[in-house]
Amino acid sequence: MNNRIDKTGIKIGMWLFLYSEIILFGGLFVLYAVYFYKYPEFFSEGGKELNRVIGAANTIVLLVSSFTVAASITAIQRKAKKQAIAFLVFSILCGIIFLVNKYFEWGAKIHHDIYPNSETLVSGEPGLNIFFGLYYVITGLHGLHVIVGMTLLSISLILVMAGKVTESSYSMLENSGLYWHLVDLIWIFVFPLFYLVL
Amino acid sequence: MDSQENNHILSYTKLAIILGILLILTGITVAVSYRDLGFFNVPMALAIACTKVTFVLLFFMHLKYEGPIINLSFIGTISFLFIMIGFTFWDVAFR
Amino acid sequence: MIKTESFYDTPSPAGLTGIRAWLLTHDHKRLGLMYMWAILFWFVIAMLCGLLLRTELMSQGKTIMGPELYNSLFTLHGVIMVFLFVIPAIPAIFGNFFLPIQLGTDDVFFPRLNLFSWYLFMFGGLLALISLFSGEGFPDTGWTFYVPFSVEVNTNVSLTVMAAFTLGMSSMLTGLNFITTFHRMRDKQMGLMQIPLFTWSLYATAWVQILATPVISITLVLVVVERLFSVGLFDPDKGGDPILYQHLFWMYSHPAVYIMILPGMGVISEIIPVFSRKSIFGYKAIVWSSMGIAVAGSLVWAHHMYTSGMSDVSVFFFSLLTFLVAIPSAVKVFSWVATMYKGSIEMTPPLLLSLIFIYLFSIGGLTGLVLGAVGPDIHVHDTHFVVSHFHFVMFGGTGFAFFAALHFWWPKMFGIMYDFKKAYIGSILTAIGFLFHYIPMFILGMQGMPRRYYDYLPKYETGNFLAGFGAYLLCIGILIMFANLFMSFRQREPASSNPWGGTTLEWTVPSPPPLHNFVDKPQVMEFPYDFSEIAAQVKRGER
Repeated sequence: MNNRIDKTGIKIGMWLFLYSEIILFGGLFVLYAVYFYKYPEFFSEGGKELNRVIGAANTIVLLVSSFTVAASITAIQRKAKKQAIAFLVFSILCGIIFLVNKYFEWGAKIHHDIYPNSETLVSGEPGLNIFFGLYYVITGLHGLHVIVGMTLLSISLILVMAGKVTESSYSMLENSGLYWHLVDLIWIFVFPLFYLVL
Repeated sequence: MDSQENNHILSYTKLAIILGILLILTGITVAVSYRDLGFFNVPMALAIACTKVTFVLLFFMHLKYEGPIINLSFIGTISFLFIMIGFTFWDVAFR
Repeated sequence: MIKTESFYDTPSPAGLTGIRAWLLTHDHKRLGLMYMWAILFWFVIAMLCGLLLRTELMSQGKTIMGPELYNSLFTLHGVIMVFLFVIPAIPAIFGNFFLPIQLGTDDVFFPRLNLFSWYLFMFGGLLALISLFSGEGFPDTGWTFYVPFSVEVNTNVSLTVMAAFTLGMSSMLTGLNFITTFHRMRDKQMGLMQIPLFTWSLYATAWVQILATPVISITLVLVVVERLFSVGLFDPDKGGDPILYQHLFWMYSHPAVYIMILPGMGVISEIIPVFSRKSIFGYKAIVWSSMGIAVAGSLVWAHHMYTSGMSDVSVFFFSLLTFLVAIPSAVKVFSWVATMYKGSIEMTPPLLLSLIFIYLFSIGGLTGLVLGAVGPDIHVHDTHFVVSHFHFVMFGGTGFAFFAALHFWWPKMFGIMYDFKKAYIGSILTAIGFLFHYIPMFILGMQGMPRRYYDYLPKYETGNFLAGFGAYLLCIGILIMFANLFMSFRQREPASSNPWGGTTLEWTVPSPPPLHNFVDKPQVMEFPYDFSEIAAQVKRGER
């Protein structure tokens, strides 16, 4: 029992942690659901002000990076270390692109005086204030998770390069991958809920 | 409890196909959002999102190949999420 | 039995000696003990806060403190008791120490994560301490941090909220560790229906910890975000809805009530059969009721909000669901009583404390039904009746289960036995003090005295005086109990490996256990509560 590493157990532990992350965002989605029910027209008005193209681009970036992370695990399992490194570097780059996009998106909104407690929002319609409030809180928390995910991927990358992650022990990479996919999952919901509401 | 370690390897081709499906679904959801389906706007967007999430979970996250502990507990978590949202609406929808 | 070195005496590896042997340990037993000292410290602090509060209320008007201090003090009492004592007490101390042993393994699944949880716990406590003495002082919001007050008030809410957040993380990671250990480290011969009930109750608790705690995390984060950026998600002026805060808060905090009580129920399910020398009545029913409480307890959060202005439909449904929780709880109480029926009962301090638990917990549970029903709740909502009800459950329930667990497992954890007579005196005094303390509060509540008020009308004076008197008795009782336990360190009367005649795996190992828990391969019994061997020993006069 002591000598063998129980990979399934480690994975169960990671999934349990992911559940807590799902519920963490779940609390915010409760707020979203209620306020959407309360202010449907303002949510669609707010949604039109968000840039659908950047949103879609970010979705694609995250989906592709999810693919490359999954592929890097396949590569490790097949003992193709170089491929795995390439896939991981690409995934981390995708994360950076996502954050840069987000930065410009937030920047543009803040430039138009749309941010929490801004003059426009406070004196404007309450429904719009709530929409943008939720937008900032949810995408902000999601952004933090992107940063954490990138950190985990970077650690995995270093371990792969150092030869610590191999085809016989790749739990660190697998768990970082699971975390990254979770970040992707949440974005898959955030994207239609904020950018595509009509 | 499964004693043998499950070392399921997904081929690049299979992963690429999944990515293709996900990208197509993203395209569809963006395309659909330009049309006003009335009541069905939100259910449609959510249905597509759920389909995408299912693909990510089953293949990228290997959920399809996990044992009963992870599968059942995942379903439990999602049920709790639905209860959180659903029961709140007993209040909000009837206030 | 071969003489073995206990985990205290096993030499530490080089570089891990002295204090480091504790602070950097991965051993679940050492971590359990480290939790114990920290949690006892917080318990005494919070108890003293409570004593000061009741002293203030003993007579009308200002007695020993001003209203601002009073408000901060009841918040402090609540925050410490809830987040630093009742939630972690049994899982973190006894769960860490005994869950691996009861499962027949040598440690939890993630030992390093376990150490990290302890540091998170200590860090959370430290944050709470800092928030006391910095900025504008400790919050006066009550432990519920209700908006809008918690967002607008100048006191140190953000720091206290972050303390609660950190403590929540710690509790969640402990739960994660327990579930993984339960599934992956269990002895190969041990089937699901051969697991001791204490471990089952911790398993049910762990699920609630994992699934409910994130809700409070995000809620507390939102309070901080509101304070920093004034987003207005709970501010009606900006389109927000303050009642949603209450929904989110109770979505965690009601299940948290079951995080608090389920491990206590597990302790009682261990103690009752041991001292009745009789197999537990309805083993499977208790297992299922533990899981049932965990599930049903997550569906009833809004029964704290009947008067908040939420919809009548919601009030109706949540009231209905609330009554469902009574079923699994009652199943347990009936099982314990049925276990004792026709048993060969041996009175000991842990059994006495368990009996007090059953009595007090039943009162707490039944008054809970009064509050769960809408009509009476509207009358007594936010009165001392509520205060008394949840103290009966939290203190009469979890608190006494904690004392019972301390007395039950003390010989195993330290290898020494305490004095029974003083333990009885302490327990009985605590119980009498408890009744003196909280029964008057039921009456005060029915008469309409609100909770959390600094002052009251003259007609409430008798009740408050009696409650204050009871508080002093209670504290003296607890001090006698603790003093007696600590005295055992000086007397050092050795305890055998199985002083009570228990049948679960922790009683098959030496007291205190060796570093890797088991000297020989653990022998898992067909049924964990099979007392035929113990009964035979008694017959032969060996016990």
